[in-house]
Amino acid sequence: MRIDAFHVTALAIALLGAAVTIFDLIPVNKFYFFAGYVVLQYVVLATAWNIMGGYMGYVNFGTAGFFAVGAYTSVVLYNLMKAPLILMIPVSGAVCALLGLGMGYLTLRLRGVFFAIATLAMAIVLETLIVNWDYVGGATGAYILRSREIAPFGDYVEFLFFVMLVLAIFAVTVARWIERSKMGRGFAAIRDDEVAAECTGVPTLRLKLVATTVSGFLMGVAGAPFVLYVGFVEPSSAFNLVYAVNSIAMPMIGGATTWLGPLIGALLLGTVQQVATVTISSELNLLIVGGLLVFFVIAAPEGIVGLVRKWRGRGR
Amino acid sequence: MTGERLLEVRSVTKRFGGFVALDEVSIEVGKGERFGLIGPNGSGKTTLINCISGTLANDGGEIVFKGAVLDGRKPHERTRLGIARSFQIPKPFRSMTVLENLAIPLEYASGAGAREVEDRGMAILESIGLGNRAGESSGKLTQIDMRKLELARAMASEPELLISDEAMAGLSSTEVDDILEILFRMNERGITIIMIEHIMRAVMRFSERIVVLDAGRKIAEGKPDEIVNDPEVERAYLGE
Repeated sequence: MRIDAFHVTALAIALLGAAVTIFDLIPVNKFYFFAGYVVLQYVVLATAWNIMGGYMGYVNFGTAGFFAVGAYTSVVLYNLMKAPLILMIPVSGAVCALLGLGMGYLTLRLRGVFFAIATLAMAIVLETLIVNWDYVGGATGAYILRSREIAPFGDYVEFLFFVMLVLAIFAVTVARWIERSKMGRGFAAIRDDEVAAECTGVPTLRLKLVATTVSGFLMGVAGAPFVLYVGFVEPSSAFNLVYAVNSIAMPMIGGATTWLGPLIGALLLGTVQQVATVTISSELNLLIVGGLLVFFVIAAPEGIVGLVRKWRGRGR
Repeated sequence: MTGERLLEVRSVTKRFGGFVALDEVSIEVGKGERFGLIGPNGSGKTTLINCISGTLANDGGEIVFKGAVLDGRKPHERTRLGIARSFQIPKPFRSMTVLENLAIPLEYASGAGAREVEDRGMAILESIGLGNRAGESSGKLTQIDMRKLELARAMASEPELLISDEAMAGLSSTEVDDILEILFRMNERGITIIMIEHIMRAVMRFSERIVVLDAGRKIAEGKPDEIVNDPEVERAYLGE
């Protein structure tokens, strides 16, 4: 992998994030970190979704299922051994990668809307399992008591914000690498025409399994710190359909064929939602998502990235 | 058929439910041959090439390519072994440019490194008359250019056997000559070609040997002039 401006920028943002959270460079209300965490979480989820949905054209409605399994893996690890976050993240990622592989193997013979429905069904099945599993709290949910502060970050939420920032940078870097690799071109061929892809030498089944696995891993990673962030997790919040809807809407609004799309979409839509939650009402979120989605599907089907390309006259 | 065999289809049967699309069809194609496959609509031509390229699995019989049995192998593996096909209804990768379309088989089937792709892709496009379209979006090509792209993309996988599925349907007569010339040139470079076509003028001129399918059975096989005078073939096309 060659090092270019992207990697330098990513590193700079990570360092800046560390500086801000550790040294409290900018004296802001702690709420901004609290809200920023959610936005960054959506950067990870939208980017993960886009690897399958945008690059390969397989619409996954089960984002909430992966996210929740990531969160609940953390609960299990905590109950078992009071595991630290640094362990929760890779294990949650690995569990969700396996889940993605399994889901891919079982459902990838399905195409289009049938695949989407199967992924939605998977999320519902998983939720039912969790609801009936007492070890992780069942329907009543599970508490995790975390410290209020952690060195050297001070406030724990600032620490979580930094962790999610690193995860977001990681996710975007992975997505960008895939997009520019031979694999990414194979994904695009599958999206455009699966039969033609197979007949020009693309091992479609293997690539689809790679995509579901990587996508699942990143979604699980995004869910891992969730229970520490809220302190309490229950099935209906972890499996909330909002995660699925948002992680579809964000890449569509940003532009689904590039790594930049879900990043822009998540930053934009995520921020608007956070602002709306505070200033108007928390119930307004989905209305905003719906409205923006309708607008973009009509006015800019290739998202903001596509719109900008068109303005620059480079639109294809 | 004389000379070395490249492809053997041995008693291949394909059923769709109760419908028998191919009924113990056997054909042999020699190395370097120009082979024509004709038959009325619904006679099983496309089903047969789907079985050869692996997008359909045959229910009976076997398909042998370069001495190796292909049954159970996925289409992409068959492409890598040297079987390429074009599609009756063009299936370009629409989000890509013409050159990027070729990059897929170049990278995935003929093992080109990312740096060689452009040179090799351009060479193929030039040879097929699409050189000046390389940067265009493949979804916006004209019909003739889309057919050419189908052939160019098939070429990019460096096949030994090219199956051209009605590459000329719906084209004007000068365009038909254009495509014919491309196929002749590919054949001169040593590529064996199976041509499936409804345009008799083209198949008769192109093929050294022709097999006729009707209702899933092979009803005739021979040189073009033999086929034209075959009473069975006449019956299949024109009725009793």
